[in-house]
Amino acid sequence: MSSIQSALNDFASLDALATQQTALSGLDPRAKVLATLGFIIAAVSFDRYAIAALLPFALFPVVIAVLGEVPLKPIGTKILVAAPFAIMVGVFNPLLDHKPLFEIFGISVSGGWVSFASILIRFALTVAAALVLVATTGFHQICVGLARLGVPQVFTTQLLFLHRYSLVLAGEVSRMNLARELRGGAKSLPLIVYGPMLGHLLLRAMDRSQRIYQAMISRGFNGEIRSSRVLHWRTSDSLFLAACWFCFMGARQFDLSHLLGAILLGRVT
Amino acid sequence: MHMADALLSPAVGVGFWAASGTVLAISSSKVRSDPREYLVPLMGVLGAFVFAAMMINFTIPGTGSSGHIGGGLLLSILLGPYAAFVVIASVLTVQALFFADGGLLALGANIFNLGVFPCFIGLPLIYRPLLKRAGALTFKRRMAAITVLATVISLQLGALGVVTQTQLSGISSLPLSAFLLLMQPIHLAIGLIEGLATATLIHFVREARPDLFVDDGATGMSSSPSKFPTKLIVGLGVLALVTAGVFSWFASSQPDGLEWSIARVTGRPELDATESFVHMRLADFQKNLALFPDYKFSFDAKDAVQEPTKQKEGATTAPEAWPAVDAGTSLAGVVGGLATLSLVTLVAYLLRRRRKEAVSVGTGD
Repeated sequence: MSSIQSALNDFASLDALATQQTALSGLDPRAKVLATLGFIIAAVSFDRYAIAALLPFALFPVVIAVLGEVPLKPIGTKILVAAPFAIMVGVFNPLLDHKPLFEIFGISVSGGWVSFASILIRFALTVAAALVLVATTGFHQICVGLARLGVPQVFTTQLLFLHRYSLVLAGEVSRMNLARELRGGAKSLPLIVYGPMLGHLLLRAMDRSQRIYQAMISRGFNGEIRSSRVLHWRTSDSLFLAACWFCFMGARQFDLSHLLGAILLGRVT
Repeated sequence: MHMADALLSPAVGVGFWAASGTVLAISSSKVRSDPREYLVPLMGVLGAFVFAAMMINFTIPGTGSSGHIGGGLLLSILLGPYAAFVVIASVLTVQALFFADGGLLALGANIFNLGVFPCFIGLPLIYRPLLKRAGALTFKRRMAAITVLATVISLQLGALGVVTQTQLSGISSLPLSAFLLLMQPIHLAIGLIEGLATATLIHFVREARPDLFVDDGATGMSSSPSKFPTKLIVGLGVLALVTAGVFSWFASSQPDGLEWSIARVTGRPELDATESFVHMRLADFQKNLALFPDYKFSFDAKDAVQEPTKQKEGATTAPEAWPAVDAGTSLAGVVGGLATLSLVTLVAYLLRRRRKEAVSVGTGD
C-alpha cells in the first residue's frame, strides 16, 4: 500500500521539479533531449573493462542536476531501486572471468570484477541522465520537443494522455486496494479476487475514456494536443548542445582520469 | 524483464531503436487512419490502466510469492495490434524516464522485446487463429488456455530478445547457454502466471460487457481484423540484428564479445582480413589523435589481451600488450579516478554554493 503511494508521489514529484525556474529552464527541450542521448551513447560505447575513463562522465548528470536544482537524494534512491537487473546479469562476470587484469597495492583484480564495476557505473550514469532530464525538463516539454524532432504525433499524444491519466487511475487503484486491505485482505490477492477487482477498474477506465472523448470533441479536439508554449531554438541551445557533445567526445577519446592520475603521480613530463 | 543501457553496446541499442522506431511509425500511421475516433483517449486510459494494474499484486497459486501482469497481450486483445503497440511503447517510455526501468538507449530494445512479440506474434499468430477454431473444451477454458499459451510464447520470445541483445553487445561475460538457461525457465514461469491472470481479467470483462468483444471474442474493441505484416515485422527484427551486428563489428576498435562469438559460431576467423584492416585504421586514428599515446595505447592494448581467440588483431597492439598489466598504469587509473570523483563533487558543491549565495543576495535586497 505505502509502496503504491510512494511510487505515485515519486512520479508526480519528479515532474513537478521541472516547473521551477532555473538556469536550465530557458533551454529548448530538444537541446536537453539530444544532449542526454549523446551522453548515453558516449557512456555506453566504452569497452567492457573501462572504469576510470567513465568517471569524468559523472560530471554531466551532476552539473545538470545542480544547475537544474534537482535534489540528488531522490535520484540516488531511484537508481538503487532500479539496479537489480543490471546487478543480476553483471554479477556473473566476476564468477566467469578470472583473468587478472591489473594489480593494485599487490592485490590482483580479475577482469570480471572490473567489468562488473564498469556495468554498475554505466548503469548509474545512464539512469541518472534520464532521471535528471525529466526533472529539469518536465514530461510535457519532452513530449512537445519529441514531436518537433519528428516522433509521430500519435505517439507523443499517447504519451501525454498516459502521463495525465496514470496518476488518476493509480489513485483509483490505491483507494480500491486500501478499501480491500482495511476489510482484512492480504497484501497480495488470490486470482479469484484479482480478476473481478482489476476487471471493474478496467471497465471504469473504458467508460472514463468515453467521457473524455466526448468532452474532447465538444472542445474541438482533432487528434493532437496543442501546447501554448511554442518552442524556439536559440543560439544558447546550439551552444549548450555543442558544448555537451564536444565534452562527451573529448571524454570518450581521452581517458581523462588516467591523465589526471598520471599528472598527479608526476609521470607526465 | 527490462534490458538495461549498461548491458548494451551503442550499435545494438541504435539498431533496435531503428527497428522499433519503424514499427512505431507504421503503427502510428495505422492508428491515425483508424476509423475508431474514440481510440486516442481509449489508448491513453488503457495505458494508464496497465500502469495501475502493475501496482496490484496477485498471489501466485501454490507458492508464497506474488506477481503482476505486464499487459502486452491484454492491450492487443482490447485495442488491436497497432494501437496496442503504440500504448506499450508509451508505457515503456514513461517507465524508462520516471522509474529508471531499462534506459533510454535500451528503450528501442525493450519496445521490441515487450511490444512486437505480443502484438505481432502472440495476437495474430496464436490468440486469434486458435480462438476461431472450435475445440472440445468450453469457450471459457479454451480462451484461458489460449491466452496462457500466447502470453508464454510472447514472453519466451521477449526473453530470447534480451539474451540476444546482451550477447551481441558483449558487455556481460555470461556465456550464451548459461544465460538462456537462466532466462527462459524464469520467463516460462512468469508467462504461465501472467497468462493466467490475463485470462481471469479478460474472462471477467467478457462476462460483464460482452458487447466490447464484437466477433467471438477474438477482436475485442478493434475494428475488422486487418492483415498483419508479419513478414515485415520479422524482416525488421532480422534487419535490426544484422545492422547491430555489422555496426558493432565496424564500430569496435578492439576485438570484443561479438567477434569472439562470430568466431565461435562460424568456427573460423574468416572476417579477419577486413577486421584487422578496420582495426589498424582505427588504431592509427587513435594514435594520431591521442595527446599521450602511451597511456591511451596501453589502455587500448589491455583489451586486446582479453581475447585470446583473436590474436591476429592483437598483433597490431601486441608489443604494448603486456605493459598494460603494469601496476604503474593501473595506479594512475585508480588515482585519477578518485581525483575525478573528487573534482565532480567539488564542482557540484561550488555550483550549489554559488547558487545559494545568489539566492540569499536576491532576497537580501
